Amino acid sequence: MSSTVAAPAAASPAAAGSARPGRGALALGLGAAAVVLLALVSLFVGVADIDPARLLAGDPAAWELVWISRLPRTLAAVLAGAAVAVAGLIMQQLSRNKFVDPGMVGTTESATLGILVVTVLVPAAPMLAKMGVATLFALAGTALFLALINRLPTRDTLLVPLVGIMLGGVVAAATTFFAYRFDLLQTLNAWMIGDLSGILRGRYELLWIVAAACVLGYVAADRFTVAGLGEDFTTNLGMNYKATVRLGMFIVAVISAVSVTTVGALPFLGLVVPNLVSLLVGDHLRRAVPLTVLIGSGLVLACDILGRLIRQPYEVPIGMIMSVVGAAIFLVLLGARRRGRTTARTSPPARATAGGEHA
Amino acid sequence: MITIENVSQSYDAEVVVDRVSASIGPGLTSIIGPNGAGKSTLLGLIARLQPLQSGRVTVGGLDVTTTASKQLARTLAILRQENQVSLRLRVRELVTFGRFPHTGGHPTAHDRELVEAALERLDLASLADRYLDQLSGGQRQRAFIAMVLAQDTDYVLLDEPLNNLDMKHSVAMMQLMRTLVDEDGKTVVVVMHDINFASSYSDSLLALKRGALVAHGGPEEIMDTEVLESVYDMRIPIHEVDGKRLGLYFGSPQAARQA
Repeated sequence: MSSTVAAPAAASPAAAGSARPGRGALALGLGAAAVVLLALVSLFVGVADIDPARLLAGDPAAWELVWISRLPRTLAAVLAGAAVAVAGLIMQQLSRNKFVDPGMVGTTESATLGILVVTVLVPAAPMLAKMGVATLFALAGTALFLALINRLPTRDTLLVPLVGIMLGGVVAAATTFFAYRFDLLQTLNAWMIGDLSGILRGRYELLWIVAAACVLGYVAADRFTVAGLGEDFTTNLGMNYKATVRLGMFIVAVISAVSVTTVGALPFLGLVVPNLVSLLVGDHLRRAVPLTVLIGSGLVLACDILGRLIRQPYEVPIGMIMSVVGAAIFLVLLGARRRGRTTARTSPPARATAGGEHA
Repeated sequence: MITIENVSQSYDAEVVVDRVSASIGPGLTSIIGPNGAGKSTLLGLIARLQPLQSGRVTVGGLDVTTTASKQLARTLAILRQENQVSLRLRVRELVTFGRFPHTGGHPTAHDRELVEAALERLDLASLADRYLDQLSGGQRQRAFIAMVLAQDTDYVLLDEPLNNLDMKHSVAMMQLMRTLVDEDGKTVVVVMHDINFASSYSDSLLALKRGALVAHGGPEEIMDTEVLESVYDMRIPIHEVDGKRLGLYFGSPQAARQA
């Protein structure tokens, strides 16, 4: 039978970009090594000088600094970086759009609004409760975004993120107004611009929640990949589409809320890393999640180290560095995506021979 | 056997499927009819892609409303017409998802064999490591069909499987449908626009018009000028060529000038 369905283009050699699975393993290994290296560097960069020799000699002051400040800060960078990138990956899968980032389409903005509301109404609430409220707001914001884009007449690639950015803008405006009225603009700034300098022992541990969320994302990776193929595909394969979307929204909301309340917003991270990973190993989440974790944490570690070095002894907040670095990477990726597509395509897609029928 | 009992569906007070009752299968059945006849909707209802508003559908004895979706996914497979997939997924990865209802994401050696067989059957072996976004429309269409084959269900539902395919691949696709029926014993239901393709390969044709069933029978019954006029509101002369009844629906430039 196979001889009857002969592909005219089948004979052409594998085009550039059709990476063999081996490339994924290599990327994973390199990524892991880079993250470990960056984490070690992160331990020894800062105002107070400590070096490996003093640690090995058992200098108690040096060890205390590591335990109280450097290690928590490094772990926070790793956890938040990995999780925010994974949240972006899942969000892009749910909205079926590569230009969507929870940090821009209303999720993070809603989480910020939530934490502000609870700070005003119940200032004495424990941190975990505040995060819970922020998560609920983030869930509502994400649900609103997905409901909005489902009502769009077309799933236009640019329209979807644009609607999200408008939604995020509206929520952010409401948040700013609210903060202004309650004289909380300074507090708001702490969440809007990511900053790792305040991370000490006792101030980052809740970030382990996002590590759990990432693991959940990896466990359900197949489901999210199928959901990215669309509702009909998902139903055909016997899966519950709505339940999958709800699980994804929950993961995205938890990660956004917890990370924004502990380290603040990390702009572009959820946009840039998944796009980079997509170029390297494709969109099968079973493969994409581990690499997203590594590149996300590596990027945040690198940016944080840069922020500590750039004008010593002062620091530039990670949020600002991420904005610049993230935007630059995104522009490069856009170019790479275009090139990959034009050289690899064997023939343009023949669109709609028969009249499309909607009934 | 697929049984459809008194199925109706309407959206915003517009009746899309109007009290349709029919038994479909075994063999290859084509659903034909003009645009907006409700063909795709009916196919989607059979495959539980939309919830039934009224009536009842069973596939292989399973009620599609009450049977667990996962069990249905091992009995019937459907491919919709519009598949705007923007994922960078390799062809083999996509086809492997066809095994998901059977394995839940942990394909065994047996599953991998079925995947390779499906790739082979649609001549995709050399494209298996390509990303979907690097394929032409026709190649992508074949990749989706390979996924449906890997699902290995007794019932296969395809909405315009010839979409995006050139003549050669269209013929190959119809022949593949035939082997699925004749050799694998599957029941195949396809929505078709080209009545000649439909009549040449199908065991039976089911004609819809404005949501209602207007004709259901073998090609010799349906390929009739009167019957087709009741479906399409146009006169289609039927000519017998090499024992096949072909409808020449193209009209003529002369007729346009006269009108």
